[in-house]
Amino acid sequence: MTTALGGLAAARTVADADGALGLAWLLVALPLASAAVLLLAGRRSDRWGHLLGVAAPVAAFLVAGAMWLTLLGRPADERVSELALGTWVDAGAFTVDLGMRVDPLSMTFVLLVTFVGSLIHVYSIAYMAHDPNRRRFFAYLNLFVAAMLLLVLADSYVLLFVGWEGVGLASYLLIGFWDHERPNAVAAKKAFVVNRVGDIGLLTAVMVMAFLLGTTDIGTVAAEAGAMGEGWATTIGLLLLLAACGKSAQFPLQSWLGDAMAGPTPVSALIHAATMVTAGVYLVVRSGAVYEAAPTALLVVAVVGAITLLFGAIVGCAKDDIKKTLAASTMSQIGYMMLAAGLGPIGYAFAIFHLLTHGFFKAGLFLGAGSVMHGMSDQVDMRRFGGLATYMKVTWITMALGWLAIIGVPPFSGFWSKDRIIESAFAVEGGWEPWVFGTVALVGAGITAFYMSRLFFMTFHGTRRWDDGSGTAPGVVGEVPGGVQHPHESPALMTWPMILLAVGSAVLGGALAVGGAFTSWLEPVTGHVEHHEPVLPVAAIMVVTFLLIAVGVFLAWRQYAAAPVAVVPPRGSALTRAARRDLYQDVVNEALLMRPGQYLTRSLVFADRQVVDGTVTGVARATAGSGELLRRLQNGFVRSYALQMVLGIVALVAVVLAVRI
Amino acid sequence: MNLSNYLVLATILFSIGALTVLVRRNAIVVFMGIELMLNAANLAFVTFARMHGDLTGQVVAFFVMVVAAAEVVVGLAIIVAIYRTRRSASVDDVNLLKS
Repeated sequence: MTTALGGLAAARTVADADGALGLAWLLVALPLASAAVLLLAGRRSDRWGHLLGVAAPVAAFLVAGAMWLTLLGRPADERVSELALGTWVDAGAFTVDLGMRVDPLSMTFVLLVTFVGSLIHVYSIAYMAHDPNRRRFFAYLNLFVAAMLLLVLADSYVLLFVGWEGVGLASYLLIGFWDHERPNAVAAKKAFVVNRVGDIGLLTAVMVMAFLLGTTDIGTVAAEAGAMGEGWATTIGLLLLLAACGKSAQFPLQSWLGDAMAGPTPVSALIHAATMVTAGVYLVVRSGAVYEAAPTALLVVAVVGAITLLFGAIVGCAKDDIKKTLAASTMSQIGYMMLAAGLGPIGYAFAIFHLLTHGFFKAGLFLGAGSVMHGMSDQVDMRRFGGLATYMKVTWITMALGWLAIIGVPPFSGFWSKDRIIESAFAVEGGWEPWVFGTVALVGAGITAFYMSRLFFMTFHGTRRWDDGSGTAPGVVGEVPGGVQHPHESPALMTWPMILLAVGSAVLGGALAVGGAFTSWLEPVTGHVEHHEPVLPVAAIMVVTFLLIAVGVFLAWRQYAAAPVAVVPPRGSALTRAARRDLYQDVVNEALLMRPGQYLTRSLVFADRQVVDGTVTGVARATAGSGELLRRLQNGFVRSYALQMVLGIVALVAVVLAVRI
Repeated sequence: MNLSNYLVLATILFSIGALTVLVRRNAIVVFMGIELMLNAANLAFVTFARMHGDLTGQVVAFFVMVVAAAEVVVGLAIIVAIYRTRRSASVDDVNLLKS
């Protein structure tokens, strides 16, 4: 722990962002300008809109590459730099500076977002070719890239919050991109509302920081975190965790991610697999100094990660929708990252490492799923696939690489990152923690192997379960819904991004793990940590991991490749039925939050109508009623007016006399 | 002779005038009631002037006469105008402003 603090203290010397690093603002400005042009030009830009939409992230990637080379050219202790852009809010004691923080952590994210983002933009040209609103789609994607880059480059939590909301908005717009169909619009709204719960956490955390420190500057908060006392640090830590849970679909706010698959597949790949959903992990790692001052909050992070890890894995085993299986897998893999981040400085680097490799292989898997859907008339039910390997060779091979990467087979990317997380889970300090977290991570690896193999075998191997027009549908009794299918490989614009991502899935992890290259690259941010010895020998952990993976793959092969797969889902065990319904998360949310919430709002509306409106209208009614009574006196007869005057005068005189006498 | 008798007479005249205004429907008669009240007031003014040996009351009585004359001129003109259009001089018929 002390060594980690020392490492962080060294990282607090902030260098100026000069040279290529001064271009950091372009990273946000380029995609944002492109999005603005595409949205403002409207239909006039339909013909060339997608080209501009692709050019923006590619240009941002080139800028990022130049910045990365500059950063590499610096000595390790000068790699944390800030680019001041001016003052945003100047309100007496509270000021917010507009600036960008360029350091190895944000640089990693920038490279991931711009590289994977560029590939997915290219893929979208072909994937969305027949959509009349393709230009609008690219505008939203650009908006997302701009907001995501702002999120990771922000040098204060307030600016980070702007990016945070920006990606939330882009996510909402893109999930509901085909909002002419009601379920898509509902899914978009669900994602938006659940994210709002998390956003309250971030907003409150920002307020607490402003209240305690008078600033939300990330560097200052990190420097002051130790001095604010454990109570406050725990408060901020838990609030940030709430925010991370919302954005990263962690327990208990994970319910939106499965429904978010209603969006176009490139969106699922970019936003709901590779980048946006990992923003929560970024937030936790970025706020590492706060969590160091709050061990309880850190433990909660690890527990949340462990729960989500198993939760997502179990759900993934039961889903038949290829995209929802991948969504559950994303949830589970982010659970791994959260678990690693919750282990403290020992796991920060591995969390980001897994995030990076996951960004590649999961984006590749999603693009592969999109390619399968493209060839199968948008069918998503894996029970209607089978034996597709011969029809789409490129998709098959690229997805195979992604599959091997995610289940952690050496030497593919996932092995290098996931294995390190399992090891550090066993190496965390404490009595019960290493055993519990380690076991969860181990078991999770086994289940991951099972459900990903299930997805792979059900899609590409086994018997054909779709109608090829020959009048027979082997392995199927009765008619096959979905009509006659003509599976075919996707165009080159779609396969090339898949190939590049598959290459990344295969070699990136190994390349970055050589000599701990990635860990030492992140050291200026995460701090240097001495390696602890795990409670079990490293070799034993590795052997058990491989055994579990092998068992998972074998079970999936026996059940879904060697044996015929039923087209109609069997009833399944109680656990399967529960997992199909996301372990009743929606039911729980509905019973615990939605219904009481609706009841509360309804009773508030009732109280508003009856009490508040009742008072106002009551006064009005009383006035009108008394007017109605007084109106009777105005009968239009002059003589009665005269009588009233006389009576009045008599009364006045009587009063005057009574007072006088 | 006791001056307060004049005051009693003025009170009686005023009451008669007021009753006339309240109970009669004919606008001309109502006018006569008003004249009666004005003159009852004049009588009271003059009586009080006499009582206090001060001429102010008598001067006010002249003013009242002038105002009464002007009022009669305007009032009769209105009555004649109404009579010409509505063929009636009853005050109860003049209730067009009632909603």
